[in-house]
Amino acid sequence: MSIFEYNGSAVVAMVGKNCFAIASDRRLGVQLQTVATDFQRVFKIHDKLYIGLSGLATDAQTLYQRLVFRHKLYQLREERDMKPQTFASLVSALLYEKRFGPYFCQPVIAGLGEDNEPFICTMDCIGAKELAKDFVVSGTASESLYGACESMYKPNMEPEELFETISQALQSSVDRDCLSGWGGFVLLVTPTEVKECVIKGRMD
Amino acid sequence: MKLDVSAMENNFAAHAAGGEDDGGLFGAGADLPAMELPTCPADFDGFQKETKEMLKHKKGTTTLAFIFDKGVIVAADSRASMGGYISSQTVRKIIEINPYMLGTMAGGAADCQFWHRNLGIKCRLHELANKRRISIAGASKLLANILYSYRGMGLSIGTMIAGWDEKGPGLYYVDSEGARLMGSRFSVGSGSLYAYGILDEGYRYVMPVEEAAELARRAIYQATFRDGASGGCVSVYHVGPNGWTKLSGDDVGELHYKYYPVEAIPVEQEMADAPAA
Repeated sequence: MSIFEYNGSAVVAMVGKNCFAIASDRRLGVQLQTVATDFQRVFKIHDKLYIGLSGLATDAQTLYQRLVFRHKLYQLREERDMKPQTFASLVSALLYEKRFGPYFCQPVIAGLGEDNEPFICTMDCIGAKELAKDFVVSGTASESLYGACESMYKPNMEPEELFETISQALQSSVDRDCLSGWGGFVLLVTPTEVKECVIKGRMD
Repeated sequence: MKLDVSAMENNFAAHAAGGEDDGGLFGAGADLPAMELPTCPADFDGFQKETKEMLKHKKGTTTLAFIFDKGVIVAADSRASMGGYISSQTVRKIIEINPYMLGTMAGGAADCQFWHRNLGIKCRLHELANKRRISIAGASKLLANILYSYRGMGLSIGTMIAGWDEKGPGLYYVDSEGARLMGSRFSVGSGSLYAYGILDEGYRYVMPVEEAAELARRAIYQATFRDGASGGCVSVYHVGPNGWTKLSGDDVGELHYKYYPVEAIPVEQEMADAPAA
Protein backbone atom coordinates (compact mmCIF):
# COMPACT_ATOMS: atom_id res chain seq x y z
CA MET A 1 0.00 0.00 0.00
CA SER A 2 1.25 3.48 -0.86
CA ILE A 3 2.40 5.72 1.96
CA PHE A 4 -0.05 8.35 0.66
CA GLU A 5 -2.85 5.94 1.59
CA TYR A 6 -1.52 5.06 5.03
CA ASN A 7 -3.79 7.41 6.99
CA GLY A 8 -6.56 7.96 4.42
CA SER A 9 -7.87 11.39 3.43
CA ALA A 10 -10.15 13.40 1.19
CA VAL A 11 -9.73 17.11 0.48
CA VAL A 12 -11.65 19.25 -2.01
CA ALA A 13 -11.90 22.96 -2.80
CA MET A 14 -14.42 24.75 -5.00
CA VAL A 15 -14.82 28.24 -6.37
CA GLY A 16 -18.11 30.16 -6.35
CA LYS A 17 -19.10 33.72 -7.10
CA ASN A 18 -16.67 35.89 -5.09
CA CYS A 19 -16.25 33.05 -2.63
CA PHE A 20 -14.69 29.64 -2.20
CA ALA A 21 -15.16 26.56 -0.08
CA ILE A 22 -12.66 23.99 1.11
CA ALA A 23 -13.66 20.71 2.70
CA SER A 24 -12.05 17.58 4.09
CA ASP A 25 -12.96 14.36 5.86
CA ARG A 26 -12.18 13.82 9.56
CA ARG A 27 -10.72 10.34 9.66
CA LEU A 28 -7.25 9.44 10.87
CA GLY A 29 -6.54 5.79 10.32
CA VAL A 30 -3.66 3.36 10.28
CA GLN A 31 -4.42 1.48 7.08
CA LEU A 32 -7.89 -0.01 7.69
CA GLN A 33 -8.01 0.76 11.41
CA THR A 34 -9.79 3.98 12.32
CA VAL A 35 -7.87 5.72 15.09
CA ALA A 36 -9.57 9.13 15.31
CA THR A 37 -12.62 10.78 13.80
CA ASP A 38 -11.83 14.41 14.64
CA PHE A 39 -8.66 14.93 12.64
CA GLN A 40 -8.04 18.33 11.02
CA ARG A 41 -6.62 18.49 7.53
CA VAL A 42 -7.69 22.02 6.64
CA PHE A 43 -5.56 24.74 8.21
CA LYS A 44 -5.84 28.50 8.35
CA ILE A 45 -2.97 30.63 7.12
CA HIS A 46 -4.81 33.93 7.48
CA ASP A 47 -8.44 35.09 7.38
CA LYS A 48 -8.77 34.60 3.64
CA LEU A 49 -6.27 31.83 2.96
CA TYR A 50 -6.53 28.14 3.82
CA ILE A 51 -4.60 25.01 3.01
CA GLY A 52 -5.81 21.42 3.03
CA LEU A 53 -3.14 18.72 3.29
CA SER A 54 -4.04 15.21 2.19
CA GLY A 55 -1.71 12.24 2.48
CA LEU A 56 0.50 11.20 5.37
CA ALA A 57 -0.81 12.86 8.57
CA THR A 58 2.57 13.38 10.23
CA ASP A 59 3.91 15.17 7.16
CA ALA A 60 0.74 17.26 6.90
CA GLN A 61 1.25 18.56 10.44
CA THR A 62 4.98 19.19 9.98
CA LEU A 63 4.41 20.95 6.69
CA TYR A 64 1.68 23.10 8.22
CA GLN A 65 3.99 24.18 11.04
CA ARG A 66 6.74 25.15 8.58
CA LEU A 67 4.23 27.06 6.47
CA VAL A 68 2.92 29.00 9.46
CA PHE A 69 6.50 29.82 10.43
CA ARG A 70 7.35 31.10 6.97
CA HIS A 71 4.13 33.07 6.76
CA LYS A 72 4.78 34.76 10.09
CA LEU A 73 8.27 35.78 8.95
CA TYR A 74 6.68 37.21 5.79
CA GLN A 75 4.13 39.14 7.86
CA LEU A 76 6.87 40.65 10.05
CA ARG A 77 8.99 41.73 7.12
CA GLU A 78 6.23 42.91 4.76
CA GLU A 79 3.60 43.96 7.31
CA ARG A 80 0.83 42.36 5.26
CA ASP A 81 -0.72 38.97 4.57
CA MET A 82 0.47 36.79 1.73
CA LYS A 83 -1.43 36.69 -1.53
CA PRO A 84 -2.71 33.18 -2.35
CA GLN A 85 -0.52 33.04 -5.48
CA THR A 86 2.57 33.95 -3.46
CA PHE A 87 1.68 31.38 -0.83
CA ALA A 88 1.25 28.69 -3.48
CA SER A 89 4.75 29.46 -4.73
CA LEU A 90 6.06 29.25 -1.16
CA VAL A 91 4.46 25.81 -0.67
CA SER A 92 5.79 24.68 -4.01
CA ALA A 93 9.33 25.84 -3.15
CA LEU A 94 9.17 24.21 0.27
CA LEU A 95 8.07 20.92 -1.28
CA TYR A 96 10.70 20.94 -4.02
CA GLU A 97 13.40 21.48 -1.38
CA LYS A 98 12.70 17.88 -0.46
CA ARG A 99 12.76 16.65 -4.08
CA PHE A 100 14.54 13.38 -3.27
CA GLY A 101 12.84 12.67 0.05
CA PRO A 102 9.49 14.38 -0.24
CA TYR A 103 6.74 15.16 2.24
CA PHE A 104 4.06 12.59 1.45
CA CYS A 105 1.35 15.24 1.12
CA GLN A 106 -0.73 16.60 -1.69
CA PRO A 107 -1.74 20.17 -0.76
CA VAL A 108 -4.88 22.02 -1.78
CA ILE A 109 -4.63 25.78 -1.44
CA ALA A 110 -7.68 28.06 -1.47
CA GLY A 111 -7.86 31.76 -0.79
CA LEU A 112 -9.34 35.12 -1.67
CA GLY A 113 -6.82 37.40 -3.34
CA GLU A 114 -6.88 41.07 -4.25
CA ASP A 115 -10.38 42.38 -5.08
CA ASN A 116 -11.64 39.18 -3.40
CA GLU A 117 -10.77 37.13 -6.45
CA PRO A 118 -11.03 33.43 -5.48
CA PHE A 119 -7.94 31.31 -6.02
CA ILE A 120 -7.64 27.56 -5.77
CA CYS A 121 -4.78 25.28 -6.65
CA THR A 122 -3.34 21.88 -5.89
CA MET A 123 0.08 20.37 -6.35
CA ASP A 124 1.82 17.02 -6.12
CA CYS A 125 4.16 16.07 -3.30
CA ILE A 126 7.17 17.74 -4.89
CA GLY A 127 5.51 21.01 -5.73
CA ALA A 128 4.19 20.91 -9.29
CA LYS A 129 1.43 23.53 -9.20
CA GLU A 130 -1.87 22.91 -10.90
CA LEU A 131 -4.21 25.88 -11.00
CA ALA A 132 -7.92 25.46 -11.65
CA LYS A 133 -10.86 27.77 -12.14
CA ASP A 134 -13.54 25.40 -10.85
CA PHE A 135 -12.47 22.77 -8.30
CA VAL A 136 -9.50 20.78 -7.09
CA VAL A 137 -9.38 17.46 -5.23
CA SER A 138 -6.84 15.28 -3.47
CA GLY A 139 -6.54 12.28 -1.17
CA THR A 140 -7.49 8.61 -1.27
CA ALA A 141 -11.02 9.51 -2.39
CA SER A 142 -9.74 11.78 -5.19
CA GLU A 143 -11.07 9.57 -7.99
CA SER A 144 -14.62 9.57 -6.65
CA LEU A 145 -14.27 13.27 -5.82
CA TYR A 146 -13.45 14.02 -9.46
CA GLY A 147 -16.61 12.20 -10.47
CA ALA A 148 -18.80 13.90 -7.91
CA CYS A 149 -17.41 17.41 -8.56
CA GLU A 150 -17.47 16.97 -12.32
CA SER A 151 -21.20 16.24 -12.21
CA MET A 152 -22.29 18.55 -9.38
CA TYR A 153 -20.21 21.68 -9.97
CA LYS A 154 -21.70 24.77 -11.63
CA PRO A 155 -19.83 28.01 -12.24
CA ASN A 156 -20.66 31.19 -10.27
CA MET A 157 -22.55 29.59 -7.40
CA GLU A 158 -23.73 31.75 -4.53
CA PRO A 159 -22.21 30.90 -1.11
CA GLU A 160 -25.25 28.94 0.13
CA GLU A 161 -25.39 26.74 -2.95
CA LEU A 162 -21.62 26.28 -2.98
CA PHE A 163 -21.72 25.06 0.61
CA GLU A 164 -24.42 22.53 -0.22
CA THR A 165 -22.63 21.36 -3.36
CA ILE A 166 -19.23 20.83 -1.77
CA SER A 167 -20.79 19.03 1.21
CA GLN A 168 -22.76 16.68 -1.03
CA ALA A 169 -19.75 16.04 -3.28
CA LEU A 170 -17.52 15.25 -0.30
CA GLN A 171 -20.08 13.04 1.39
CA SER A 172 -20.96 10.98 -1.67
CA SER A 173 -17.28 10.52 -2.55
CA VAL A 174 -16.10 9.33 0.84
CA ASP A 175 -19.01 6.88 0.95
CA ARG A 176 -17.21 5.02 -1.86
CA ASP A 177 -13.84 5.04 -0.10
CA CYS A 178 -12.79 2.69 2.70
CA LEU A 179 -10.07 4.99 4.00
CA SER A 180 -11.79 8.35 4.33
CA GLY A 181 -15.00 9.76 5.72
CA TRP A 182 -16.25 9.45 9.31
CA GLY A 183 -17.75 12.97 9.16
CA GLY A 184 -16.67 16.03 7.26
CA PHE A 185 -15.37 19.56 7.76
CA VAL A 186 -16.51 22.34 5.45
CA LEU A 187 -15.19 25.87 5.35
CA LEU A 188 -16.91 28.58 3.34
CA VAL A 189 -15.14 31.90 2.81
CA THR A 190 -16.82 35.02 1.44
CA PRO A 191 -15.31 38.54 1.44
CA THR A 192 -17.19 39.36 4.63
CA GLU A 193 -17.46 36.17 6.62
CA VAL A 194 -16.05 32.71 7.22
CA LYS A 195 -18.38 29.80 7.95
CA GLU A 196 -16.89 26.69 9.54
CA CYS A 197 -18.99 23.59 9.77
CA VAL A 198 -18.59 20.02 10.98
CA ILE A 199 -20.97 17.86 9.00
CA LYS A 200 -22.42 14.52 9.99
CA GLY A 201 -21.83 11.54 7.77
CA ARG A 202 -21.78 7.77 7.72
CA MET A 203 -19.51 6.48 10.46
CA ASP A 204 -18.44 3.31 8.64
CA MET B 1 7.59 -18.91 -35.35
CA LYS B 2 7.06 -21.36 -38.13
CA LEU B 3 4.45 -24.06 -37.82
CA ASP B 4 5.64 -27.59 -38.42
CA VAL B 5 3.09 -28.86 -40.91
CA SER B 6 4.91 -32.03 -41.85
CA ALA B 7 2.26 -34.20 -40.22
CA MET B 8 -0.41 -32.72 -42.48
CA GLU B 9 1.31 -33.71 -45.67
CA ASN B 10 -0.05 -36.94 -47.13
CA ASN B 11 2.40 -39.68 -47.82
CA PHE B 12 0.05 -41.85 -49.86
CA ALA B 13 2.01 -41.30 -53.02
CA ALA B 14 5.18 -42.43 -51.27
CA HIS B 15 3.37 -45.52 -49.98
CA ALA B 16 2.12 -46.47 -53.37
CA ALA B 17 5.57 -46.03 -54.85
CA GLY B 18 7.71 -47.51 -52.04
CA GLY B 19 5.31 -50.15 -50.88
CA GLU B 20 7.33 -50.64 -47.70
CA ASP B 21 5.34 -50.56 -44.50
CA ASP B 22 6.27 -47.62 -42.32
CA GLY B 23 3.17 -47.81 -40.18
CA GLY B 24 1.04 -45.60 -42.40
CA LEU B 25 -0.40 -42.39 -41.09
CA PHE B 26 0.30 -43.37 -37.47
CA GLY B 27 3.76 -44.64 -38.08
CA ALA B 28 7.03 -42.78 -38.23
CA GLY B 29 6.57 -39.05 -38.54
CA ALA B 30 3.17 -39.03 -36.90
CA ASP B 31 4.74 -38.99 -33.45
CA LEU B 32 6.25 -35.62 -34.19
CA PRO B 33 4.12 -32.90 -32.68
CA ALA B 34 1.81 -31.33 -35.22
CA MET B 35 2.81 -27.92 -34.02
CA GLU B 36 5.17 -26.37 -31.62
CA LEU B 37 3.81 -26.16 -28.09
CA PRO B 38 3.33 -22.58 -26.91
CA THR B 39 6.06 -21.44 -24.58
CA CYS B 40 4.96 -20.57 -21.08
CA PRO B 41 6.64 -18.34 -18.53
CA ALA B 42 9.14 -20.12 -16.31
CA ASP B 43 6.95 -19.60 -13.22
CA PHE B 44 3.54 -20.50 -14.59
CA ASP B 45 1.90 -21.12 -11.19
CA GLY B 46 3.07 -17.75 -9.93
CA PHE B 47 1.75 -16.03 -13.02
CA GLN B 48 -1.62 -17.72 -12.63
CA LYS B 49 -1.81 -16.76 -8.96
CA GLU B 50 -0.93 -13.17 -9.77
CA THR B 51 -3.64 -12.78 -12.38
CA LYS B 52 -6.18 -14.30 -10.03
CA GLU B 53 -5.22 -11.85 -7.28
CA MET B 54 -5.74 -8.99 -9.72
CA LEU B 55 -9.24 -10.10 -10.54
CA LYS B 56 -10.28 -11.03 -7.05
CA HIS B 57 -13.06 -9.12 -5.47
CA LYS B 58 -12.04 -9.31 -1.83
CA LYS B 59 -14.43 -8.48 0.91
CA GLY B 60 -13.21 -6.70 3.97
CA THR B 61 -15.74 -8.17 6.30
CA THR B 62 -17.05 -8.59 9.79
CA THR B 63 -19.17 -11.65 10.49
CA LEU B 64 -19.98 -13.34 13.78
CA ALA B 65 -22.06 -16.17 15.17
CA PHE B 66 -22.61 -17.56 18.64
CA ILE B 67 -24.58 -20.26 20.38
CA PHE B 68 -26.72 -19.45 23.41
CA ASP B 69 -29.53 -21.19 25.27
CA LYS B 70 -32.21 -20.28 22.71
CA GLY B 71 -30.31 -21.17 19.57
CA VAL B 72 -27.70 -19.50 17.36
CA ILE B 73 -27.32 -15.83 16.44
CA VAL B 74 -25.61 -15.01 13.14
CA ALA B 75 -24.74 -11.44 12.14
CA ALA B 76 -22.73 -9.70 9.42
CA ASP B 77 -22.04 -6.38 7.73
CA SER B 78 -22.72 -5.83 4.02
CA ARG B 79 -19.72 -4.07 2.45
CA ALA B 80 -17.72 -5.33 -0.55
CA SER B 81 -14.47 -3.60 -1.41
CA MET B 82 -11.71 -3.84 -4.01
CA GLY B 83 -8.62 -2.33 -2.44
CA GLY B 84 -9.73 1.01 -1.06
CA TYR B 85 -12.76 1.27 -3.31
CA ILE B 86 -16.18 0.33 -1.93
CA SER B 87 -17.86 -1.66 -4.68
CA SER B 88 -21.11 -2.33 -2.80
CA GLN B 89 -22.78 -1.52 0.49
CA THR B 90 -25.60 -4.02 0.09
CA VAL B 91 -24.03 -7.46 -0.12
CA ARG B 92 -25.77 -10.42 1.48
CA LYS B 93 -23.02 -12.13 3.44
CA ILE B 94 -25.32 -14.47 5.32
CA ILE B 95 -26.30 -17.25 2.97
CA GLU B 96 -29.43 -19.25 3.57
CA ILE B 97 -28.35 -22.82 2.81
CA ASN B 98 -31.68 -24.33 3.86
CA PRO B 99 -34.41 -23.29 6.34
CA TYR B 100 -32.35 -24.67 9.24
CA MET B 101 -28.83 -23.73 8.22
CA LEU B 102 -26.96 -20.50 7.50
CA GLY B 103 -23.49 -19.82 6.17
CA THR B 104 -21.48 -16.63 6.46
CA MET B 105 -18.99 -15.38 3.93
CA ALA B 106 -15.63 -13.69 4.32
CA GLY B 107 -12.75 -13.65 1.85
CA GLY B 108 -13.19 -13.89 -1.92
CA ALA B 109 -16.77 -13.11 -2.95
CA ALA B 110 -16.91 -15.55 -5.85
CA ASP B 111 -15.30 -18.38 -3.89
CA CYS B 112 -17.75 -17.99 -1.01
CA GLN B 113 -20.83 -17.66 -3.19
CA PHE B 114 -19.95 -20.62 -5.37
CA TRP B 115 -19.02 -23.06 -2.60
CA HIS B 116 -21.98 -22.15 -0.44
CA ARG B 117 -24.33 -22.77 -3.36
CA ASN B 118 -22.46 -26.00 -3.98
CA LEU B 119 -22.88 -26.97 -0.32
CA GLY B 120 -26.60 -26.18 -0.56
CA ILE B 121 -26.91 -28.67 -3.42
CA LYS B 122 -24.99 -31.35 -1.53
CA CYS B 123 -27.13 -30.85 1.58
CA ARG B 124 -30.34 -31.16 -0.41
CA LEU B 125 -29.11 -34.35 -2.10
CA HIS B 126 -28.22 -35.77 1.29
CA GLU B 127 -31.72 -34.94 2.48
CA LEU B 128 -33.31 -36.74 -0.51
CA ALA B 129 -31.08 -39.79 -0.18
CA ASN B 130 -31.46 -40.25 3.57
CA LYS B 131 -34.93 -38.80 4.21
CA ARG B 132 -33.58 -36.59 6.99
CA ARG B 133 -31.81 -33.27 7.18
CA ILE B 134 -28.03 -33.25 7.24
CA SER B 135 -26.43 -32.40 10.57
CA ILE B 136 -24.45 -29.18 10.94
CA ALA B 137 -21.38 -31.26 11.66
CA GLY B 138 -21.92 -33.21 8.44
CA ALA B 139 -22.54 -30.16 6.28
CA SER B 140 -19.51 -28.33 7.61
CA LYS B 141 -17.39 -31.41 7.03
CA LEU B 142 -18.60 -31.67 3.40
CA LEU B 143 -17.41 -28.10 2.87
CA ALA B 144 -14.17 -28.55 4.80
CA ASN B 145 -13.28 -31.65 2.76
CA ILE B 146 -13.87 -29.83 -0.52
CA LEU B 147 -11.83 -26.84 0.61
CA TYR B 148 -9.03 -29.10 1.82
CA SER B 149 -8.88 -30.77 -1.58
CA TYR B 150 -8.30 -27.33 -3.13
CA ARG B 151 -5.75 -26.30 -0.51
CA GLY B 152 -2.88 -24.20 -1.84
CA MET B 153 -4.70 -23.44 -5.09
CA GLY B 154 -5.69 -19.92 -4.11
CA LEU B 155 -9.21 -20.25 -2.74
CA SER B 156 -9.97 -17.63 -0.09
CA ILE B 157 -12.86 -18.49 2.20
CA GLY B 158 -13.51 -17.94 5.88
CA THR B 159 -16.95 -19.12 6.82
CA MET B 160 -19.15 -20.18 9.68
CA ILE B 161 -21.79 -22.85 9.24
CA ALA B 162 -24.53 -22.35 11.82
CA GLY B 163 -27.87 -24.03 12.27
CA TRP B 164 -30.14 -26.34 14.18
CA ASP B 165 -30.11 -30.13 13.76
CA GLU B 166 -31.28 -33.20 15.70
CA LYS B 167 -28.69 -32.56 18.39
CA GLY B 168 -29.68 -28.91 18.85
CA PRO B 169 -27.79 -25.78 17.85
CA GLY B 170 -24.57 -26.24 15.89
CA LEU B 171 -21.76 -23.88 14.93
CA TYR B 172 -18.61 -24.59 12.96
CA TYR B 173 -15.81 -22.42 11.60
CA VAL B 174 -14.44 -23.59 8.25
CA ASP B 175 -11.75 -21.94 6.14
CA SER B 176 -9.91 -22.44 2.88
CA GLU B 177 -6.73 -23.43 4.73
CA GLY B 178 -8.56 -26.58 5.73
CA ALA B 179 -9.47 -25.76 9.31
CA ARG B 180 -12.81 -26.90 10.74
CA LEU B 181 -13.51 -25.94 14.33
CA MET B 182 -16.53 -26.47 16.54
CA GLY B 183 -17.20 -23.73 19.08
CA SER B 184 -19.70 -21.57 20.91
CA ARG B 185 -18.72 -18.23 19.37
CA PHE B 186 -16.73 -17.11 16.36
CA SER B 187 -16.04 -13.95 14.45
CA VAL B 188 -14.42 -13.88 11.00
CA GLY B 189 -13.07 -11.15 8.76
CA SER B 190 -10.94 -8.00 8.88
CA GLY B 191 -13.17 -6.49 11.57
CA SER B 192 -13.37 -9.67 13.64
CA LEU B 193 -11.03 -8.43 16.35
CA TYR B 194 -13.24 -5.45 17.10
CA ALA B 195 -16.33 -7.67 17.10
CA TYR B 196 -14.69 -10.18 19.45
CA GLY B 197 -14.05 -7.34 21.90
CA ILE B 198 -17.75 -6.54 22.23
CA LEU B 199 -18.89 -10.15 21.90
CA ASP B 200 -16.62 -11.59 24.62
CA GLU B 201 -17.45 -8.74 26.94
CA GLY B 202 -21.23 -9.12 26.64
CA TYR B 203 -21.64 -12.85 26.05
CA ARG B 204 -23.57 -15.08 28.46
CA TYR B 205 -25.00 -18.52 27.70
CA VAL B 206 -28.43 -17.69 29.12
CA MET B 207 -29.87 -14.66 27.37
CA PRO B 208 -33.18 -13.55 25.91
CA VAL B 209 -33.19 -13.58 22.09
CA GLU B 210 -33.57 -9.77 21.96
CA GLU B 211 -30.51 -9.25 24.13
CA ALA B 212 -28.47 -11.71 22.10
CA ALA B 213 -29.50 -9.97 18.87
CA GLU B 214 -28.58 -6.58 20.32
CA LEU B 215 -25.18 -7.92 21.39
CA ALA B 216 -24.52 -9.18 17.86
CA ARG B 217 -25.73 -5.93 16.31
CA ARG B 218 -23.56 -3.86 18.63
CA ALA B 219 -20.51 -6.02 17.95
CA ILE B 220 -20.89 -5.69 14.18
CA TYR B 221 -21.60 -1.97 14.48
CA GLN B 222 -18.44 -1.35 16.52
CA ALA B 223 -16.46 -3.33 13.96
CA THR B 224 -17.85 -1.26 11.08
CA PHE B 225 -16.90 1.88 12.99
CA ARG B 226 -13.26 0.91 13.53
CA ASP B 227 -12.64 -1.18 10.42
CA GLY B 228 -12.43 0.69 7.13
CA ALA B 229 -13.31 -2.39 5.11
CA SER B 230 -16.54 -3.19 6.99
CA GLY B 231 -19.78 -1.23 6.79
CA GLY B 232 -23.12 -0.87 5.09
CA CYS B 233 -25.89 -2.65 6.94
CA VAL B 234 -25.92 -4.94 9.96
CA SER B 235 -28.11 -8.00 9.44
CA VAL B 236 -28.93 -10.30 12.34
CA TYR B 237 -30.38 -13.80 12.05
CA HIS B 238 -31.58 -16.18 14.73
CA VAL B 239 -31.72 -19.97 14.28
CA GLY B 240 -34.04 -21.81 16.67
CA PRO B 241 -35.67 -25.26 16.71
CA ASN B 242 -38.04 -24.16 13.93
CA GLY B 243 -35.37 -22.83 11.60
CA TRP B 244 -33.92 -19.40 10.99
CA THR B 245 -35.60 -16.02 11.06
CA LYS B 246 -34.15 -12.70 10.04
CA LEU B 247 -34.40 -10.40 13.04
CA SER B 248 -33.13 -7.10 11.69
CA GLY B 249 -31.24 -5.21 9.00
CA ASP B 250 -30.06 -1.76 10.04
CA ASP B 251 -28.18 0.83 8.01
CA VAL B 252 -25.01 1.74 9.92
CA GLY B 253 -25.43 5.35 8.78
CA GLU B 254 -28.56 5.52 10.94
CA LEU B 255 -27.47 3.04 13.60
CA HIS B 256 -24.53 5.23 14.61
CA TYR B 257 -26.73 8.19 15.40
CA LYS B 258 -29.15 5.90 17.26
CA TYR B 259 -26.33 4.73 19.50
CA TYR B 260 -24.75 8.16 19.74
CA PRO B 261 -27.40 10.83 19.22
CA VAL B 262 -25.97 14.24 18.40
CA GLU B 263 -27.35 16.67 20.95
CA ALA B 264 -28.60 19.79 19.24
CA ILE B 265 -26.45 22.76 20.10
CA PRO B 266 -28.77 25.35 21.67
CA VAL B 267 -29.11 28.45 19.55
CA GLU B 268 -27.35 31.35 21.16
CA GLN B 269 -29.55 34.09 22.51
CA GLU B 270 -29.88 36.69 19.82
CA MET B 271 -28.64 40.07 20.76
CA ALA B 272 -31.43 42.44 21.47
CA ASP B 273 -31.48 46.06 22.45
CA ALA B 274 -31.47 46.57 26.17
CA PRO B 275 -34.89 47.66 27.37
CA ALA B 276 -35.07 51.38 27.79
CA ALA B 277 -34.53 52.24 31.40
